[in-house]
Amino acid sequence: MASPLLDVHELCMRFGGLTAIDALSFVADAGKITAVIGPNGAGKTTVFNCITGFYRPSSGGIGLAVPGGGRLALERMPGHRIARQARVARTFQNVRLFAGMTVLENLLVAQHNVLMPNVVDGLLAVFGLGGHARAERAALDRARFWLDAVALTARADDPAGTLPYGAQRRLEIARAMCTRPILLCLDEPAAGLNPRESEELSDFLRRIRDGAGGEPGCSILLIEHDMGVVMRISDHIVVLDHGKKISDGPPDAVRADPLVIAAYLGEGDEDETPAPSREAAG
Amino acid sequence: MAYVLQQFINGLTLGMIYGLIAIGYTMVYGIIGMINFAHGDIFMVGAFLSLIALIGLAAIGITSVPLALALTLLFAAAIAGLYGWTVERIAYRPLRGSFRLAPLISAIGMSILLQNFVQVSQGARSKPMAPLFSGDIPLWTDAYFTAHISTMQIAVVITTLLVLAVFTWLVTATPLGRAMRACEQDLKMAALLGIDTDRTISLTFVIGAALAAVAGLLFLLYYGVIDFYIGFIAGVKAFTAAVLGGIGSLPGAVLGGLAIGLIETFWSAYFSVGYKDVAAFSILVIVLIFMPSGLLGRADVEKV
Amino acid sequence: MASRKGAGGALVDAGLSALVAIGVFGVIVGLKTDSGPTSLVLVPRPWTVAIAAGLVFLGRLALLGWRAWRPAGTPAPRRLIRLGGSAGRFATPVLLLFALTLPAYAGRYWLDLGVLVLTYVMLGWGLNIVVGLAGLLDLGYVAFYAVGAYSYALLAQNFGLGFWTCLPLAGLLAACWGIMLGFPVLRLRGDYLAIVTLAFGEIIRIVILNWVSLTNGPNGISGIPRPTLFGLTFSMGGGPGTFAGFFGIEPDISQRVMFLYYVILGLALLTNWVSLRLRRLPLGRAWEALREDEVACRALGINVTTTKLTAFAIGACFGGLAGAFFATRQAFISPESFTFMESATVLAIVVLGGLGSQLGVALAAVVMIGGSEMFRDLAEYRMLIFGGALVLMMILRPRGLISVRLPSVALGQARKIAAGVLAQGRG
Repeated sequence: MASPLLDVHELCMRFGGLTAIDALSFVADAGKITAVIGPNGAGKTTVFNCITGFYRPSSGGIGLAVPGGGRLALERMPGHRIARQARVARTFQNVRLFAGMTVLENLLVAQHNVLMPNVVDGLLAVFGLGGHARAERAALDRARFWLDAVALTARADDPAGTLPYGAQRRLEIARAMCTRPILLCLDEPAAGLNPRESEELSDFLRRIRDGAGGEPGCSILLIEHDMGVVMRISDHIVVLDHGKKISDGPPDAVRADPLVIAAYLGEGDEDETPAPSREAAG
Repeated sequence: MAYVLQQFINGLTLGMIYGLIAIGYTMVYGIIGMINFAHGDIFMVGAFLSLIALIGLAAIGITSVPLALALTLLFAAAIAGLYGWTVERIAYRPLRGSFRLAPLISAIGMSILLQNFVQVSQGARSKPMAPLFSGDIPLWTDAYFTAHISTMQIAVVITTLLVLAVFTWLVTATPLGRAMRACEQDLKMAALLGIDTDRTISLTFVIGAALAAVAGLLFLLYYGVIDFYIGFIAGVKAFTAAVLGGIGSLPGAVLGGLAIGLIETFWSAYFSVGYKDVAAFSILVIVLIFMPSGLLGRADVEKV
Repeated sequence: MASRKGAGGALVDAGLSALVAIGVFGVIVGLKTDSGPTSLVLVPRPWTVAIAAGLVFLGRLALLGWRAWRPAGTPAPRRLIRLGGSAGRFATPVLLLFALTLPAYAGRYWLDLGVLVLTYVMLGWGLNIVVGLAGLLDLGYVAFYAVGAYSYALLAQNFGLGFWTCLPLAGLLAACWGIMLGFPVLRLRGDYLAIVTLAFGEIIRIVILNWVSLTNGPNGISGIPRPTLFGLTFSMGGGPGTFAGFFGIEPDISQRVMFLYYVILGLALLTNWVSLRLRRLPLGRAWEALREDEVACRALGINVTTTKLTAFAIGACFGGLAGAFFATRQAFISPESFTFMESATVLAIVVLGGLGSQLGVALAAVVMIGGSEMFRDLAEYRMLIFGGALVLMMILRPRGLISVRLPSVALGQARKIAAGVLAQGRG
């Protein structure tokens, strides 16, 4: 029995005179992969930005069910609190790594809140107080686990900016997972990947959802243009067009929905080649 | 009442001078996104150029004040334009792709260089000049005070308005102006469309410098004394004006200049002269904290 | 890129440069305004202009020639790179040894210079935390320097407290100011943050200048007590309770200078140690991550405001400590010592040193302050050269002297990261 994790209710986002999202409501279940798709300009990244606290919604609610009962209202929380308290992690359309820091350092920064719960702790650590060494060892272990999961152990000490594009995307996901989220929001993770890499990404995302190697499973919310990936791994799809929801359901139902086909007019069904990959750096 | 009116007139006149300098800041920031630290010192150079020109013209026997002023204005604007071009070429263009702090330090270096260049060349003492205009027109009398508007102030206002008119025509109606606005919107795209961005940026600096020189001339006429340090303070105030009006907005720069001029004058009149610079700096801080896009600017939405 | 110009083209280019030089120098240099009988007169100096134009002509020719011989982008010869690398390893211990033993063989003048350089090294290391590590453009660092100096002076004057008591208080007060000033403005980006911090620095200077009842205004505060060594003073009297009296030697001014030297050396090394420690800890990593990409930091749950504030406050604290030292060294302070030029100088030291590099900042301080002292005889030309040097530095080496970053943690071997990959922070 699927339990709702993320509950978006009548979400509206207006920028001046432009309504980017119009009364959007959908539910993402725990332990599932939910995909948000739609033509360019449909408002998908805007929804993400609202959920993860980078925009403040004009109206509507975003509820997150936290483990142990209780519900957090994300629409009123600042971005860093959503990541820290609500444990919602995200990746970005244009990969945002700490390019001048090594791969390993990227993964350690992700665990900042565990390593330094508050400023006093951080300053005491200068003098060697506060149990910092033990926390750092645990953080390194977690980092090593995820390095292994994305096959980047060999490049742990290389600057993140020197990694090839596919590796950078994997690193960004690994970094997000190091924050131990209950919901992982991915913004076009397959953009710019070739078919083999897309397959590997799909497997990886499924492993994240199901949990492996002692890590608990993590629900995924996914924006994606690559229909192959979407149809392969999604448990549930929400389709947006011009800021409104036009379809909502399991992949088979959405694929056959005439409204969806009309919105994607000209791009056909999922056997067609994926939409041209976006330029990574933008 | 008359006192208020007098302060208002004084403030407006001062504000026009700040506005002319502020335009240079806002244009440069709009087009290449950097604060031209040395711009205030170009204003100072313009003042010195005007001083030298006026003395020179008097020495060769040109006694007609309007003629001397017109010649000085053109001369100072031209040479200051040359300075603006040179500064951009030497200190900013090589750093254009470079990281953020490099042009800032370079600009600070240029500012120090210009200040000391003038100091070494012309001496550190302040340079006075006998007023070219005299006379004023009483406007309003009440029990304690008579408000005047001096011919000097009228000259400042008229000159500024004329210069602004020419400048507005330049920016809105000429191909150069269109190129400038295009570069301001999207530099890469403008280059792809065949606009010579290097030349456009250079010309932006030249025009900004020319306007600052006019401000320098007006400052010289109005205050009658200049020294090599006037650029720094005037520069920060003019930048405040640009930010207040909304950085990137040309009418905003003028509006901001007027506002700063008025605030500074009224503050000096009613509170304290010693702290008048604090007033300007504080406005800068307050505007940037609460209203970073200024009065007429566009709010920037961060793209994530 | 092959030279398209050839010799003829180069001459034309140089000629045009000379013409520009005539325009630029012609009026300001060529026609000097001097006091005449009734008003200013112009004194023509055509030869100066001609020489200047000639120099520009030759200089431009030389530059074009150099570029033709070695186009931009040619890597430095491998010998030089290897030499630089191995020298780097020895540089730190050698410099440290040199600094520790300087008083043994340096005369009074050099010791004084050493104290001055070390003060700026400490300021550089303090600002390095804010600008180099966290990427926040601070143009008003002198404000904390001033707060530290005036705190000590006023505490000593009004409460009779000694240097060592006031030192931590000065640091604490400066840190508080850092938090107060930082809190409203730290969400500003890039150049805006720079100009706001500049404004703050100026506001504090003007307030100090005008608030005569508190700070004695432009006359400054004098008679600031010197530091003591475990209660021993360094006065020239030589009686009991003084350093000379305790050790039974002749009192000499160089004893006090040496003591001051070691005090500032200790303070500077403290700044360095704290920086290096923090860099390996989560806080330092968070600062560097902030410099790289603030948005990503927020997405990872890092409280960006708090992180920026700690950088600002800690940097301010060290600025305050340096200020207290400055006050005790001079025994007199006035608002004149706390101008924007100081902030600019310290920022230039940090940028020239190579953002985030401790050794680089130290070297840069030595070069800039030492160099500026060398030019002291040239008096009025000194600042001119300083300004020109700043511009030149940025054109030639915008990334600074030492432009590599060593990661704070590694699975295998920590390797240096070239500056080209690093972000410089948007504030």
